[in-house]
Amino acid sequence: MAGINLRGVVKAYGKTQVIHGVDCTIVDGEFLVIVGPSGCGKSTLLRMIAGLELITGGEISIGDRVVNDLEPAERDIAMVFQNYALYPHMTVYNNMAYGLKIRGLAKADIDARVRKAAEILALDDDLLRRTPRQLSGGQRQRVAMGRAIVRQPSAFLFDEPLSNLDAKLRVQMRLEIKKLQKDLGITSVYVTHDQVEAMTLGHRLLVLNAGIVEQIGAPIELYEHPATLFVAGFIGSPAMNLLPARIGEDGGRVELSGGDGLPLPPGRFAAHAGRTVTAGIRPEHFEMVADDQSNGHGVARLAVDVVEQLGADTLVHGHFGTDRGVLTVRLNGTQDLQSRQVLPMSVQPELIHLFDPDSGRRLGG
Amino acid sequence: MVGARPWLNILTHVILILGVLIVAFPIYVTFVASSHELEALLQTPIPLVPGGELLNNYTAALTKGAKAVGAPVGVMMLNSLVMALGIAFGKIAISIIAAFAIVYFRFRFRMTAFWMIFITLMLPVEVRILPTYKVVADLGMLDTYGGLIIPLIASATATFMFRQVFLTVPDELAEAARIDGAGPLRFFWDVLLPISRTNIAALFVILFIYGWNQYLWPLLITTDESLYTILIGINRMLAAGDDQAEWQIIMATTMLAMLPPVLVVVSMQRLFVKGLVETEK
Repeated sequence: MAGINLRGVVKAYGKTQVIHGVDCTIVDGEFLVIVGPSGCGKSTLLRMIAGLELITGGEISIGDRVVNDLEPAERDIAMVFQNYALYPHMTVYNNMAYGLKIRGLAKADIDARVRKAAEILALDDDLLRRTPRQLSGGQRQRVAMGRAIVRQPSAFLFDEPLSNLDAKLRVQMRLEIKKLQKDLGITSVYVTHDQVEAMTLGHRLLVLNAGIVEQIGAPIELYEHPATLFVAGFIGSPAMNLLPARIGEDGGRVELSGGDGLPLPPGRFAAHAGRTVTAGIRPEHFEMVADDQSNGHGVARLAVDVVEQLGADTLVHGHFGTDRGVLTVRLNGTQDLQSRQVLPMSVQPELIHLFDPDSGRRLGG
Repeated sequence: MVGARPWLNILTHVILILGVLIVAFPIYVTFVASSHELEALLQTPIPLVPGGELLNNYTAALTKGAKAVGAPVGVMMLNSLVMALGIAFGKIAISIIAAFAIVYFRFRFRMTAFWMIFITLMLPVEVRILPTYKVVADLGMLDTYGGLIIPLIASATATFMFRQVFLTVPDELAEAARIDGAGPLRFFWDVLLPISRTNIAALFVILFIYGWNQYLWPLLITTDESLYTILIGINRMLAAGDDQAEWQIIMATTMLAMLPPVLVVVSMQRLFVKGLVETEK
């Protein structure tokens, strides 16, 4: 067991740089999820940790060894691939035992390890004798994890392991992976483009965008204090509403482009008074209020376009005043709403995020 | 498929049966001829029902051969077998290794190597036969098994086919093997070879028949009768000079020449078809 340390890790293909210096310390036993849209370089980063891609610059160490020039097999890691990459001609048992055989373990030792892994993953004897072709997607996924477990590595690397499964199985396997990682306590790095997967699995998330680390932090930290516009828009479902806005002259109010305004926490944005900003408000943070509440200055009027009833809550798509941009509001329970209706909305001042529209950085801490 | 019309059914079967008869008739005549005495074959019309000399003719062919050629057909068949197997295994071995190199290693001039192999696809044996003969002769390999087999081993077709097969193997499989600690050769032996099994079988069938049916090359480089392949043997039996060609022996030899390819195809048919159509790795 060991932590993983990335220092200024850079990857370039010829002249095209795809990873621009990633620094991250993953402590022993931690579950880190690398999340980002497709093409952001997250798989490349994982494959560099695994040793499947050369490291152009910087340094990666696992435990106290720098592994830059080590072969994947020497790095003491195990990897689970998106398409499982099981050896199609070997039985499940041999798939799990193959790596151990190569390492020259005794037969009895191999058998004990495989049986134990099979027990952890609830793979019975009948399954162990089958070939991958005769397994369902979920079972293949389990075998792929079994192959990782038997090696007793110092780190697990997961490359989008659930994306080939159907939605229901994905939720189930997600829980299993989480439980497994907790029980085994092995440092894990998990790559996904699915932010729900990332939020539920990781102790910490690393949000990667175009090869740059946007933010590293615990899921709730990313949700409550997104450091950049990108993280704000990426974490959370439905996504945060991002509206063009301006901070009022006294710094105590944000004027939305539709003409309405909402109050800000007193003092926090005083230094930015009068500035053009992007305001971020999560759909679930809107509250429906009576029109004349909050002294008339804390209300934005939402013109309803479309209503989606989900049972547990209601998604309202609409726009503020003259602004044509669409935004989403999430209300609890079922609501009897009509299109073209105008709803007065308020938001708690602390739940309004403001960003610099040019740099994308968060304002006001 | 077209619909259940009885007359159409009958028509299609009549056409199919006619086709089978046209293809099978010469083979039947050969078989009948191989079961008669020479005298019966020299009359017109030639007999169309099997005679009683079947066993005698085949024994004579296998052990003594025709008078015009000094070697029995048994030896010729063995020569043909050695040559066909040598070519088939040699071609598979060389080309699977070449394809492995081209697909899995990033070396300098990799694509150049591939294209050079690919271009030789356009040069059949006959085109390069003179220079090849010169080389084989200078190496002292005339009238040897080596001379029969080695020049025909290099194969662009098989290399190309294995390349295509390897390209369908997901990259992750090689990566999983790397993480498991398997070096390139272990990966090749433990993973790549077993999953190409059906393709190897399919190729073996094709190459065995190719090797067995080689005519021009063995004709050119063998002068020693003990190295004749069966096809050369048949040809030499015909050239009996002033003597009467022993048709009953020639026909028996022809039937024998047909046998091994048929056996190979029939016994490996299932793997063969699987190897050609299977895409999932």
